[in-house]
Amino acid sequence: MKSKGAITPLDRQHSYVGRNLSRDKAKRAVNGRGRYTDDITLPRTVHAAFVRSPYAHAMITDIDVDIAKAEEGVVLVMTGAELKELCTGPWVGTLSVFPTMKTAPQYPMAVDRACWQGEPVVMVVANSRAAAEDAAELVSITYKELPVVAHKETALEKNSNLVHPDLKDNLAYEKVIDTGDVGEAFAGADHVVEATFDFGRHTAVSLEPRAILASFEKDTEELTIYTSSQTPHMFQAIIARTLGLPEHKCRVVAPFVGGSFGLKIHSFGDEFAATAASLKLGRPVKFIADRLESFLTDIHARENTVTGKMAVSSQGKIEALEIDILSGVGAYSQYPRTSVFEANQILNITGGPYKHQNYKARMRVAYMNKVPTSQYRAVGHPIGNSVGEALVDLAAEKIGMDPVEIRRRNIMEDNSYPRTTASGIEVADMSHQKCLETLVERMKYDDLVQERNSLRAEGIFRGIGIAAFIKGTAPGPAGYYGAGGAPIASQDAATVKIEPSGNIICAVGVTDQGQGVDTVMQQITAGAVGVLPEMVRVIEGDTDATPYGGGTYASRATAIGGEATYQAALALRAELLRLAGALLQREPETLDIIDGNVVDLGTENIRMPLAEIGRIGHFQVAELPNDIQPQLSHTKRFRLNDALYIFTNGIHGAYVEVDCDTGFITLLKQWVVEDCGRVINPILADEQVRGGSVQGIGGALYEHCIYDDQAQLLNGSLIDYLVPMASEMPDIDVAHVQTHTGVSELGSKGVGESGTGASPAVVMNAVNDAISPFEAKVTVQPMTPDVLLKALNRI
Amino acid sequence: MAYDFLDIKLIVNGEQVSARVPARMHLVDFLRMELELTGSHLGCEHGICGACSVRVDGVVVRGCLVLAAQCDGSDVLTIEGLSESKEVVDLQNTFVERNAMQCGFCTPGMLMTAAELLAKNDKMARNEIREFMSGNFCRCTGYHAIIDAIEITMEARREEERS
Ligand code: FES
Ligand code: FES
Repeated sequence: MKSKGAITPLDRQHSYVGRNLSRDKAKRAVNGRGRYTDDITLPRTVHAAFVRSPYAHAMITDIDVDIAKAEEGVVLVMTGAELKELCTGPWVGTLSVFPTMKTAPQYPMAVDRACWQGEPVVMVVANSRAAAEDAAELVSITYKELPVVAHKETALEKNSNLVHPDLKDNLAYEKVIDTGDVGEAFAGADHVVEATFDFGRHTAVSLEPRAILASFEKDTEELTIYTSSQTPHMFQAIIARTLGLPEHKCRVVAPFVGGSFGLKIHSFGDEFAATAASLKLGRPVKFIADRLESFLTDIHARENTVTGKMAVSSQGKIEALEIDILSGVGAYSQYPRTSVFEANQILNITGGPYKHQNYKARMRVAYMNKVPTSQYRAVGHPIGNSVGEALVDLAAEKIGMDPVEIRRRNIMEDNSYPRTTASGIEVADMSHQKCLETLVERMKYDDLVQERNSLRAEGIFRGIGIAAFIKGTAPGPAGYYGAGGAPIASQDAATVKIEPSGNIICAVGVTDQGQGVDTVMQQITAGAVGVLPEMVRVIEGDTDATPYGGGTYASRATAIGGEATYQAALALRAELLRLAGALLQREPETLDIIDGNVVDLGTENIRMPLAEIGRIGHFQVAELPNDIQPQLSHTKRFRLNDALYIFTNGIHGAYVEVDCDTGFITLLKQWVVEDCGRVINPILADEQVRGGSVQGIGGALYEHCIYDDQAQLLNGSLIDYLVPMASEMPDIDVAHVQTHTGVSELGSKGVGESGTGASPAVVMNAVNDAISPFEAKVTVQPMTPDVLLKALNRI
Repeated sequence: MAYDFLDIKLIVNGEQVSARVPARMHLVDFLRMELELTGSHLGCEHGICGACSVRVDGVVVRGCLVLAAQCDGSDVLTIEGLSESKEVVDLQNTFVERNAMQCGFCTPGMLMTAAELLAKNDKMARNEIREFMSGNFCRCTGYHAIIDAIEITMEARREEERS
């Protein structure tokens, strides 16, 4: 698309791209003036609370709401059956790109059968949350318990209990890919290593829980929703379709969002119920999940068992890889993005950095009576990378080769793109070699190896981990959502316009949850138009004020929304130069725009401020020749073409210490080198990687939604569900290699998931290196002390 | 259902406040819902996450574990008051510069706790800062930038004292 190496406006000396600009929202946050959904209360707001199923699987045989209804302050009590009547139809969480996939139809609240513990059954709306909770306790529901599917390991057996008898079995989806000749490669291999890996369920734990305030104007049938969402337009489409409202009359605003990580791109029954209550009452209805509700009803992720084996030559050449994935999801496939993505991504990316051509993978996805799972930061990658990178280490150990060396021999060469991985995905513009060598240097790998070895002699068990990765970012329309039929935009758009003052407004369809998406767009706009950053204000997170877009998910904001912004800003710049040319009677090509002034190209002599064009363009248009209609606002869209994703790459390193008596792991240091293409704001990119890495560490070491045999969640509080805190986390060294993607002129790829995607892999490899003197191996995450001590045969 | 109400008088961010509160209402609900001081956040209501940290009579407490009624006669400082006092304006600026927050939901609590640490005026090693801050959960940053911001501020204050 672009000629490589061409100088763009962003590369100029006066560009603000590539600099550490501070975020405006940060300035508000430090003063306690961020405005999150729960901080907004409209006149006559009432509050929803839910009665939720205490059972993982039960028929609802009777509901008595009379006493609750009569309570002071209660304005509405609604059952699942009543809500069903307000819906146009059920949700069906399938996508046509997964052709044989099946799921049961689902309503926002259980109608006659509850399929997981925590599924909403009755909604109570009252004049305070406390009153609603009090009245909810007075709702009496009679259940008849049904047999429960609690374990994915037995869910697919012939005589298993069924989550949905109508589906005949619990298999959501099965897929196999088989490239090259895996059978022959294994038969003829010098060495084969294999292992089974187990990954526990965990969840997003955004510090701000899910939150919604829905306000319906009965007279005009206009609905305004404030919600903690990454995807306002998707929410608009789905709420309108589910509740039978005209889409253009639904406005969705995402104010400050207190963390999201993929959690807030889904549809949750309680949020739809609260909206339906507003429709019914004609009053604003607020629902804020509490922490228990978050653990019980937010999407979960990661519950997978993967068996893998790798064939390797004595010289360290990876010959073949085979994996078998058993993925345990919830009672329904999450609408509208499905619950089969995680397994599908494991299948796509496992072994992704390497050149082998023989690959076989099978995935099976099993329904269980648990809360639905779906997309959570780095979907599938933590698992696929843990499996692939552990097998590479096993192979290295088998042939007595250093883990860095075996990777060096097998990673794709930096000059070998575009190419296709063994799993069949197309990758381009990658830099595995450069990242690897950068990592080795930054880690001082050889010194670290020496230190580890000498400490080992003293009975201190430290380990070094290495984990290379690829990461699918910025999904394209040919991939899952667009082609799959869901109302989820994979294109995105930006409107960039000049105001009479000469300042610039940039409205984008992508959204910010603290990553600094707004700041990134501000910098791109400032750089492309040629103005000071403070001359640009970015608007995001409001369907009334922004062009239609997909919002922020799958590390797409900068890669997709950034390119749309760049193109819109370039279009405005061209128009401003045309207008300036007409006013100055000069050829536009002889002019430039720097820091908000039209200048002579080259000499940079100031000819007129943009404020002058703003004034004339809006008010004194007669000063322009008659044949010029000033176009002061430009909207551009950007989409990928055939690419499934813009794949990124990188590599992690970790240094850990294991106390072999207690099973405690101390993380000493972590390093990440990743390639997200053009970096717009280094400090924002760095912190995405750091925060993401720690989120990955959480899953690798602590986080686990623990269920019993009746599929009852045993640890639904932050007391019992452990998350990473400051004292246990390491400092993380971050570096970027910037290989621009060829699919856009901006050249940026996604960065938000490069930490999470490979962090569990590198920590697991480091732990296994630390305990290697005991010939022990850990293949279970989270790697709790219990898991460690079992691996070490101490308990 | 009938619940007890109590009359309380307290000082919040330097202002006299009188209110009638339900006996069961915790301090942060009172601050947020009655006084519209929405800078204090609720992340767990179990005393774990620290998002609700406020100062009561000079000590940082978990506002979700304190009843509003208990604060009768107390002096309460929230992030709004802390900001106004400029006590940690240097830390706040460093938080912004160092990008020590993303979504910002934990930030008021982090600043409350860090203010206590800075007030100690001890020289602290990085791991000691990590230890001190380990009662405040942040899901976004991975902590590194937060610890940096505190360390930088601490160092700058010492530097200022020296000169
Ligand atoms: S809300 Fe008080 S500690 Fe979490
Ligand atoms: S910045 Fe989001 S929780 Fe800390």
